[in-house]
Amino acid sequence: MAEDLLSVEDLRVEFERSDGTVYAVNGVDFSVAPGETLGIVGESGSGKSVSVLSIMGLLRGNGQVTGGTAKFMGKDLLKLRRRQLEDIRGRDIGMIFQDPMSSLNPTMRIGDQIMEGMLAHQYTNHKGAFNRALQLLEEVGIPEARARFRSYPHEFSGGMRQRAMIAMAVACEPQLLIADEPTTAVDVTVQTQILVLLRELQQKQRMSVVLITHDFGVATNVCDRIIVMYAGKVMESAPLADFLARPAHPYTIGLRRSVIEVGTQAHQLKAIPGVATTLMAPPHNCPFAERCQWVTDLCRAEVPELRPLSDGHFVACHRAEEVLAEAGANGAERAAPRGDGASASARSRGAWSQAGDEATLHA
Amino acid sequence: MPDEAIPDRPISDGPILKVDAVSKHFKVQGRTLRAVERVSFELGAGQTLGLVGESGSGKSTLGRLVLRLLEADEGKVVFQGQDLAKLSARELRARRRDMQIIFQDPLAALNPRMTVGAAIEDAMAVQGIGGSPNERRQLTGGLLERVGMPVSVAEAYPFELSGGQQQRVGIARALSVGPKLVVCDEPISALDVSVQVQIIELLRQLQTELGMTYIFISHNLGVVQLVSDTVLVLYLGEVVEQASSAELFGRPLHPYTKALMSSVLKVPEAAEKRVPLVALSGEIPSPLSPPAGCPYHPRCPLATDQCKREKPQLRTVWVGHMAACHRAEEVGTMGTSPTALAAPPELAAS
Repeated sequence: MAEDLLSVEDLRVEFERSDGTVYAVNGVDFSVAPGETLGIVGESGSGKSVSVLSIMGLLRGNGQVTGGTAKFMGKDLLKLRRRQLEDIRGRDIGMIFQDPMSSLNPTMRIGDQIMEGMLAHQYTNHKGAFNRALQLLEEVGIPEARARFRSYPHEFSGGMRQRAMIAMAVACEPQLLIADEPTTAVDVTVQTQILVLLRELQQKQRMSVVLITHDFGVATNVCDRIIVMYAGKVMESAPLADFLARPAHPYTIGLRRSVIEVGTQAHQLKAIPGVATTLMAPPHNCPFAERCQWVTDLCRAEVPELRPLSDGHFVACHRAEEVLAEAGANGAERAAPRGDGASASARSRGAWSQAGDEATLHA
Repeated sequence: MPDEAIPDRPISDGPILKVDAVSKHFKVQGRTLRAVERVSFELGAGQTLGLVGESGSGKSTLGRLVLRLLEADEGKVVFQGQDLAKLSARELRARRRDMQIIFQDPLAALNPRMTVGAAIEDAMAVQGIGGSPNERRQLTGGLLERVGMPVSVAEAYPFELSGGQQQRVGIARALSVGPKLVVCDEPISALDVSVQVQIIELLRQLQTELGMTYIFISHNLGVVQLVSDTVLVLYLGEVVEQASSAELFGRPLHPYTKALMSSVLKVPEAAEKRVPLVALSGEIPSPLSPPAGCPYHPRCPLATDQCKREKPQLRTVWVGHMAACHRAEEVGTMGTSPTALAAPPELAAS
C-alpha cells in the first residue's frame, strides 16, 4: 500500500470562550492516501471543519491545537513555522470553501486573483501565469474565459464563483485539495456540476481530496472512504462499501435514517432524539450516549476508543458488534432495538405518515 | 384539486385558499423582473401545498404574496372566501391571526433583545389573545411544551438556543395566534439533518392535531415530496408543473422537474450500485432577461425549434396533472430513471 499523503494522529483543538474552554476536537485520527477522496461527515459543531482548518494553521485567534501530529509528505504541519506553512498552502494543498465570496477579493479581477497565487508559489513569468490562468478558467467550465478573465466576483453567479475559486485552488496543481462544504450554498443542479468538475480535476491532476460535508448524498456519491464525526471525535471510519453495507455506529445509522430524498416515505424516517452538545470538558464517556438508543452504563462511564471492526473499518462504540448484527444491511431498514422498536409501526396519515415519535428535545 | 387528495385526510367543502393568476413584478435597474407570473392554485383546509424550485424561481415571493406581505400587481388571493386585496390595513392586521409564516432563519425572525417568552406573548398581545399578561404567560408555557421544549425556555434569549430550538420557538410564535394557514418558508434548510427530521415531525403532528393548512416552500425535493399533498414546480417565476405529490414525483411531465429529481444525490444502496454523476448543463438564467420561447429551452435536452420560438402554456396533460411543456406527453412516457434525460433516446434527435 502506498504511503499516506496526509496522516493525522490524536489531533486536539480547544477554543477559549468567555464562558470557558470548548473542547472542539478530542483526539482525531485520519489519513488520506494518494488519489483518494476522503469524506468527513458530521453535523455543525462536530469538529469536521475545525479538524482540517487547524492542521492548515487557519484557526481563529481563540482556537489552539493542543496536541497531535499531522504528517503531510513527511513533514508535521503542526510543527512548521508560519512561513513554511504558507508555502505549502496554496501550492501543495489547495482549499475551497462553502462561500466563494469569502475567499475571493471583491475588488480584484477574477483572472488576477488566480494569477496572484501562481506568481506567489510557482510561476516567475507573468505571461506563463496568464496563459495558465486562462486555461484554468476554461477547464473549470467558465464560458468565454478570455472576457471573463477581467470580470469582478460580483459579476459572476454563485456557481461561477465556485468554479473560479476551484480554479484558484488547483492552479498550482496541489497534491491535496480540501473542500469544505463546497456545494452547500448552491442549487442542486449546480451541485452536481461542481462535483463532476472536482472529480475531473482530481483524475487529471491525480490529487487527493478531503471533502467536508453534512450531506450523506454528496459523501456517498463521491468519496472512497468516509469518516463520521461527533463532538470532536471520529465515531466511524470505513471504506465506502462497508460504510453503506455495514454501518456499525448508532450515530451513523441515525444519520442515515434522517436522510430525506425523493422517494423517502415518512415511516422510513426516524429522528435522532435530542441535540448535539458543546463539550465544555474533555469527554469522559461516549459523547453520543445521551442520544443513543443502545446506551448502557458502560457508555456513560467510559469513552469508547476507535477500534478496528474489520479490515479498514473502525468504530468507536462499545456495542458495535451488536449494532451491526441488529441493524442489518444499510442500517436503515430495520426498526430500533431495546424493546421500544415498536414505535416505528407506521400509522399512515395523509402525506405525512408516522415518522417515529422520538422528536423529543433535551433542553 | 380536491379530487387528488389522499383519502384519509380531511377534505373540506371548498378550498380555504384560492390564488388566481397572481403576478409580481419588480423594477430593477430600470428593467422589469417578473418574479411571479400568473400563478394559480387552490388549497383545501388541512392540506399541504409544496412550492419547489431553484433560487430565483419565485417561490418565496409567491409565499409572501399569498399572505399579502407583498402586494400582488395582478391577480387575486381569496382566503376563506375573502379577497385579501380588498381589506383595509386594520382588517388585514386582524386577519393575520389566521395567516402566519415560519422563516428559514429563526434567529433573524426573533428580536435578539426579547426573551423567548416575551416574543411569543407579544405576538398574542398584538392579536388580543389572552385577557391578561399572566394568562398569556401561561399560554406561552403550554405552547413551548407543545413544540417540545421545557417551559423554562421562556426565560432564555434566542441566541442561547440551538438552531433547532430557535425554529421551535418560531413555530410556537406562529401557533400562538391560532392560525389556519401557515407558510413554511424553508423551515428546515438551515438545520442539521438529525434536527430536520424532528422539525418535520413536529410540523406534521401540529397539522394533524390542529387541522392547519400549510404552504411548504423548499428547494429540497425530497422534503417537498414527503410533506406535500399538491406540488407546484416553479421556474423563473412561472409554474412549469402542478400535480399531486404522488403523481408529480411518480410521473413527472416537465423536463425541469426531471432534472431537479435527478440532481438530488441519493445515497446508493451499495458501493457497486453507485452510478456516475451526470451534470445538467447551464444555470438558471437571469430573470431580468428570460430566454425567448420556453424559458427552460436553453438547458433542456429535449428542446426543439418549436420550444425556442413558442412559449408553452401551462395545460392539463392528463387529469389532475398540468405541465408547461410542448413535449409533456413524451416526457411522461420516459420514466423517472436519473439517466433518462441525460442521455435522451431517439427523442433528442429532432
